[in-house]
Amino acid sequence: MMPPPVPTRAPGPEGAVSPTFLGYIWRWLMGISFVARVRGLAMGTVSWGRALVTAVPFLWLFLFFGLPFLVVLKISFSQAVIAQPPYTPLLTWLDDGVMTLRLNFQNYILLAEDSLYWSAYLNSLRIAAIGTVACLVLGYPMAYAIAKAKPEWRVPLLMLIILPFWTSFLIRVYAWIGILKNNGLLNNFLIWLGVIDEPLPMMHTDFSVLVGIVYSYLPFMVLPLYATLSRMDESLLEAAADLGCRPGRAFLTITLPLSMPGVIAGSMLVFIPSVGEFVIPDLLGGPNTLMIGKVLWTEFFANKDWPVASAVAVATLLLLVVPIVRFQKAQEESAKKAEERV
Amino acid sequence: MVRGWRSFVLFSVLAFGYAFLYVPIFSLIVYSFNESRLVTVWAGFSTKWYGALLENDQILSAAWLSLKIAVMNATGAVILGTLAGLVLARFGRFRARTAFTTLITAPLVMPEVITGLSLLMLFVAMQNLIGWPEARGMTTITIAHLTFSMAYVTVVIQSRLSQMDVSIEEAALDLGARPAKVFFVITVPVIAPALVAGWLLAFTLSLDDLVIASFVSGPGASTLPMVVYSSVRLGVSPQINALATIIVCIVTVAIVVAGFIMHRQEKQRLNA
Repeated sequence: MMPPPVPTRAPGPEGAVSPTFLGYIWRWLMGISFVARVRGLAMGTVSWGRALVTAVPFLWLFLFFGLPFLVVLKISFSQAVIAQPPYTPLLTWLDDGVMTLRLNFQNYILLAEDSLYWSAYLNSLRIAAIGTVACLVLGYPMAYAIAKAKPEWRVPLLMLIILPFWTSFLIRVYAWIGILKNNGLLNNFLIWLGVIDEPLPMMHTDFSVLVGIVYSYLPFMVLPLYATLSRMDESLLEAAADLGCRPGRAFLTITLPLSMPGVIAGSMLVFIPSVGEFVIPDLLGGPNTLMIGKVLWTEFFANKDWPVASAVAVATLLLLVVPIVRFQKAQEESAKKAEERV
Repeated sequence: MVRGWRSFVLFSVLAFGYAFLYVPIFSLIVYSFNESRLVTVWAGFSTKWYGALLENDQILSAAWLSLKIAVMNATGAVILGTLAGLVLARFGRFRARTAFTTLITAPLVMPEVITGLSLLMLFVAMQNLIGWPEARGMTTITIAHLTFSMAYVTVVIQSRLSQMDVSIEEAALDLGARPAKVFFVITVPVIAPALVAGWLLAFTLSLDDLVIASFVSGPGASTLPMVVYSSVRLGVSPQINALATIIVCIVTVAIVVAGFIMHRQEKQRLNA
């Protein structure tokens, strides 16, 4: 029996290494693909033009997207000090030429012990999950209606979904303050209708944060749903109808399962960024609306504690690795399908 | 086609959805013409907040800085995004493809606070190691914006490239054109609408970003969203409504014009 290969050293066939997010970056760091590429260039099996086209965006993303996470990881193990930069180095040279590595787990212990962080994490997940479901409940019928609309109506209807996205996100969230506050438009309207006598306290609650999330992320749900629904083969539904299937059942057994890629892509596009959302809970939420993005912001800007802010970022990222990998798989599958169709 | 009560339900949801998307924007526009400082009480028509906005030097200089960053960002993002789109759509499988797609798709969903914090940490570490960037401001914001907006541009361009008929490119290659020439003479004109869409997308993403810019900016460099945010935190202000109205008008005009041009080009192509 051969011993199992060491994951980070063995190049192996594609997929032999566990496909985790950090794993990919780690493998790249090990230079496996880079070495292969340079060897290919030397032997003339890879063209220089191709290598250049690949290398420029790759290096850019590695330098400004991959590498920063490693820096954050490093700083999360250091201690906050009043200095420039405000953290202690991990590696220090002692006088006799010995290098010492000091890892400080204090920041992570703080995260685990302080209930503030736990409740912020759980609350972020809860609000993001409810927001995603609400987006789905509102977005699915909208995408379905647009996909079933007359062909000449589809493009204008889609444009109307995208248009708000092009105007300032910050200003659109700000608009809800004027609508939801105690003497705001919605309360005035409801009082005028006679539905309520006293203004409903809607601002600075979880409700207002959810409204903000659904409002800001609705286009991200509708667009992928529309893409899968409009590509669907209508003849399947006709066949079902010919065989006596009722429309409701046909929807549940044919349309819904076939639109699952869109449901997954849309849900991930809403869920993952909402977990770390800062602007919405900050402007619409109250002091009780703890969300992890806001905690990170406060640690960084108000407390100036870079190591703790880094630890919060690392912990949030670990929380999101599974959904991110899932999202990426869905993206690749849909890209593969699109290629097969051509 | 859906009929009967189902179509009524669908129509109602659609109407509610569009109302939900547009009522806040219309309320912003209406109250930008309000005489009163209070956003909820109508006190007569006035354009005084537009006048105040035009005299607000802080907002104007922030808008100018944001526009400069947005233009540089959009141009850079289209270049990098086209390269990355080519790699994903044309180069097939290669060894590092999974790593490449991860690096492309992760910025699409990464929470902004994490991207912003990590980029700042990188800039600080680089400053200590190699002395660059010397100060944080326009350059660092542009680099940060480029990094996340190129991912969006890549998706747009990749999907256009994979829908495109590859046989034209192959024919040119067979006739002896070099790959670079094929790209500029054949591929670029075909994917031009996607390039324009990608540029506009990157432009708006940059103009819109508060969180990442706040992290990587330095003293003295405040972008428009940063100024808007600090004024919004102090409470509602009709000047912000006026600003919102101007942005909505510009965006609507730009989109209508772009849609009209694309529609006409499509017609010409069909007639030809």
